[in-house]
Amino acid sequence: MKTKTIKLHVWRQSGPNDAGRFETYTAENVTEHMSFLEMLDDLNEKLIADGKDPIAFDHDCREGICGMCSMVINGYAHGPDERTTTCQIHMRHVFDRGWDEVWIEPWRATSFPIRKDLIVDRTALDKIIQAGGYISIRTGSARDANEAPIPKPIADRAFDAATCIGCGACVAACPNASASLFTAAKVGHLALLPQGQAERMSRVKSMVATMDELGFGGCTNHGECEKACPKGISIDFIASMNRDLLKSLVVDRGDAEAPDEGA
Amino acid sequence: MATKALTLYDTTIGKKAVMAASGIILLGFTLGHLSGNLKAYAGPTEFNEYARWLRTMPALLWGARLALIFAFSAHIYSAFSLWRRNKSARPNRYQKKVDLATDYAAKTMYLSGPILLFYVLFHLVHLTFGGQLFGDGTIFGIEGYTWEASNPYNNLVHGFQHWPIVIPYVLGNLALGVHLFHGIWSMFQSIGANHPRYNQYRRDLAIMLAALLTIGNLSFPIAVMAGYLEPTTLRFNFPELL
Repeated sequence: MKTKTIKLHVWRQSGPNDAGRFETYTAENVTEHMSFLEMLDDLNEKLIADGKDPIAFDHDCREGICGMCSMVINGYAHGPDERTTTCQIHMRHVFDRGWDEVWIEPWRATSFPIRKDLIVDRTALDKIIQAGGYISIRTGSARDANEAPIPKPIADRAFDAATCIGCGACVAACPNASASLFTAAKVGHLALLPQGQAERMSRVKSMVATMDELGFGGCTNHGECEKACPKGISIDFIASMNRDLLKSLVVDRGDAEAPDEGA
Repeated sequence: MATKALTLYDTTIGKKAVMAASGIILLGFTLGHLSGNLKAYAGPTEFNEYARWLRTMPALLWGARLALIFAFSAHIYSAFSLWRRNKSARPNRYQKKVDLATDYAAKTMYLSGPILLFYVLFHLVHLTFGGQLFGDGTIFGIEGYTWEASNPYNNLVHGFQHWPIVIPYVLGNLALGVHLFHGIWSMFQSIGANHPRYNQYRRDLAIMLAALLTIGNLSFPIAVMAGYLEPTTLRFNFPELL
């Protein structure tokens, strides 16, 4: 079993108002079988034993499906492996790259204020969902499977969008800290399915307006988000969201003909 | 869900759509501009006759100019507004950041754009207002480079015999190529023109048009310096051009 000593530069910040700084640690006896987070757990054990403040980082399922673990590792959101969350990075992947020195930073975005060290507040993504990432019609009791005919390619495409785990890697990797890929995925999976049609135009307007209000940047079509996304969600969904938004604001008659809500 | 009274330009996506639409107008102009300039290869008479012909339709000429000024303003204002927003969305930069997908052209849009703006202003002062700028009849005070109001062909060809004209021209056109390489692809994405059957051609079209315009425009200084295009001794009298 290969073991190694790794030098870590970790972003430490005691709270939202602290300026924050990098601190250097030495992780000893790191084995190739440890996950990246286990390597940090091990280091934290030592920090605690030494009476020091352990490094705070987000994590939950450690199975790559919850979207909690969030850190930029040597410049890669969720680490260097494609379609992989931080918790699924193992130290052998780090060894394979010959990294003896690793920089660990939190997601950096105005809309993701840092709570402590590597933990950021991603409530902004929840607010985008609350603005329309759901279907508000009464669906009644469960219907028979396949009662609503949906062609397989459409169902697959909707599923591709729905695989978004809301981790925020797209925002972290985007040069503009834009949440376009996240919003596009949430708009997209509902826009593709029959249940989502009734509110399709109002949904995209509301979610995009909220995304902008929360201070995320705009999309400048670099494609970094798609590469950083642990689920490999395509920027095609951003184009589809753009088309739906333009349609909703330019040609859709819905709101213009609806009675005034205040009246 | 509450629907807000939202206008297109309020949204980041709307601003990008404005950038795409104004970009298409500006792209159309650069293509028309190149195709007109290619008449230089047909000879001085054809080139100058074309220049005269453009001036015979003042309404169309000024209509086009106004449309271009509008497109330029909308493009620049939207870019600036988005740039400011994008900067404030990430005030603290990463210590380390690896680019996985983006390219040189995409990363330097905020550089190639201003270069293009300065180049266009230089180009206008040079070949549209050139004669009126300096009292001594020369263009930019370059010795022996005199403004011939009725002979745009010579204004073009003589210019490329001087490095102070060639260098900004080459830099401006390289910036144009780089800007269009990202811009043309990007506008499909911004207006939501994506379709699995055609997506692969969006990049191809961007490369083709960017290459066509850059190579086409750069052919003029090369042709002059190689001696293929030479100043003419013919005299023209086109009062429309004065």
